[in-house]
Amino acid sequence: MKVSLRKFIVCAAFLCIAANLCLAEDTTNKLKIDGADTAWVLTSAALVMLMTPGLAFFYGGLVRRKNYLSVLMQCFIALALLSVQWVLFGYSLAFAPGNGFWGGLQWFGLKGVGLEPYAAYSSTIPHQAFMIFQAMFAIITPALIIGAFAERMKFSAYLLFTLLWATFVYDPMAHWVWGSGGWLKNMGVMDFAGGTVVHINAGIAALVTALVIGKRSCYNKYTVAPHNLPFSVLGAGLLWFGWFGFNAGSALAANGTAVNAFVVTNTTGAVAALTWALIDWKLTGNPTMLGTISGAIAGLAAITPAAGFVGVGAALVIGIAASVFCYIAVSFVKRAFHYDDSLDAFGVHGISGIWGTIATGLFASKLINPTGADGLLAGNSKQFFVQLIAVAVTVAYAFVGTFIIFKLVDVVIGVRASEEQEAIGLDLTEHNERAYTMLE
Amino acid sequence: MKLIIAIIQPHRLEQVKEELYKAEVNLITVSEVLGHGRQKGVTEVYRGVRETGNLLRKVRLEIAVNENYVERTIKAITTGARTGKTGDGKIFVLDLPECVRIRTGERGSEAIG
Repeated sequence: MKVSLRKFIVCAAFLCIAANLCLAEDTTNKLKIDGADTAWVLTSAALVMLMTPGLAFFYGGLVRRKNYLSVLMQCFIALALLSVQWVLFGYSLAFAPGNGFWGGLQWFGLKGVGLEPYAAYSSTIPHQAFMIFQAMFAIITPALIIGAFAERMKFSAYLLFTLLWATFVYDPMAHWVWGSGGWLKNMGVMDFAGGTVVHINAGIAALVTALVIGKRSCYNKYTVAPHNLPFSVLGAGLLWFGWFGFNAGSALAANGTAVNAFVVTNTTGAVAALTWALIDWKLTGNPTMLGTISGAIAGLAAITPAAGFVGVGAALVIGIAASVFCYIAVSFVKRAFHYDDSLDAFGVHGISGIWGTIATGLFASKLINPTGADGLLAGNSKQFFVQLIAVAVTVAYAFVGTFIIFKLVDVVIGVRASEEQEAIGLDLTEHNERAYTMLE
Repeated sequence: MKLIIAIIQPHRLEQVKEELYKAEVNLITVSEVLGHGRQKGVTEVYRGVRETGNLLRKVRLEIAVNENYVERTIKAITTGARTGKTGDGKIFVLDLPECVRIRTGERGSEAIG
């Protein structure tokens, strides 16, 4: 009796294992979903999600405390508003296979965007994993612009502007560069994680909005010191952390390209932070905390388009140059032209986005990524010119598109808070809350 | 010698400072205080609950001046701080029996300027 029971158990176990193997083989053949790839892309989506609250702290620490909550709120509400916009029609406009200009509305409400892979974007992860990863990019990009009009924009106007900008500037631009059938994609533009779509786009929008809304009333009258730099350092740390998802996640797989992107992202952020600190030290006598985190962000933004195509040597050059260019933009150009890009959204993201996209055309190498292309230094001048065209097109479209939308919002509801609101602060006047209490 | 204490709206501090510099009053101590006058504070909403009677944030200025500077100091503060609305604040003028400059040991009117 005992023996037969043991036999029975052994047989049953074998049967189970065999059945399991057959089943596993069946599903892999049918769905082709790779567990590791999917896990990495979902993790990356979560990492990029955290960048928007991170950005809120980065920007929030730099404003006066009477406007702290207004900046946090603008970032956080972007997370809410654009998450909804994205699943309703944003993803469809950006990524559905429409025409060269945009995707159209055929994937409205994620119709047809399922849990099977969609081969045009990735054949190893569920389509919705790609969708939610891209959602986080669509959220943080409009949020980057906040730095330009901080401390003086009406909340209602901000909401309307952000919705329109995401729909008519971000979504089409994402389609051109990354979408199936996008015309810049077909031209061969290389933008690994968003040098054009994210950083140039938001940076130019920042410049336009800063010019149209005008300077803060305190501009050039008295210095506006960051109200809480430690928060900005926390924010910069969260951004750096999230950037691993942003860049390494853009490989859309847990593979060598993702690892390369991870390594060059960290290297560029690091060397750019170091460079800015040294420039500060040399020119003003002290290495500043604000300078060091600004450098890190400049470097991280610059490597974004290149992360999947260049090696560590190029990353070092890109990082050093990013800090030099952005330092010049923030410290000299902004002062010379008297525009109040309050938190340097253009000076850091715009400039490093342009530099990074051009640098991709310089340093890209098929030795790093055989599915990419060689750049100018590897003898491929065509790619370099394609990158220049991508920069020019993005700058032009972002400039004109943002100008029209921002002016429109200004005419309809007015973009600027009243003088009194600005004096009292947007926390109390727009949200009826304050960030800090005094006694309790 | 007088000690002028003024309670003003925080957001008028920059204008008041500007007016004081114009009037050549350059010595000023500023602190952040809480308080309310006749208006008994504003209402605030905290997670949907409306709260009233809060102490409001104000700025307190202390300026020690000689007699011939009293009027122009009052005028500067009034010009800079007035919005015409409740909550603009108050100015108190107190007699000041003594003043000592710590660095030199000077006393009285000489020590103020």
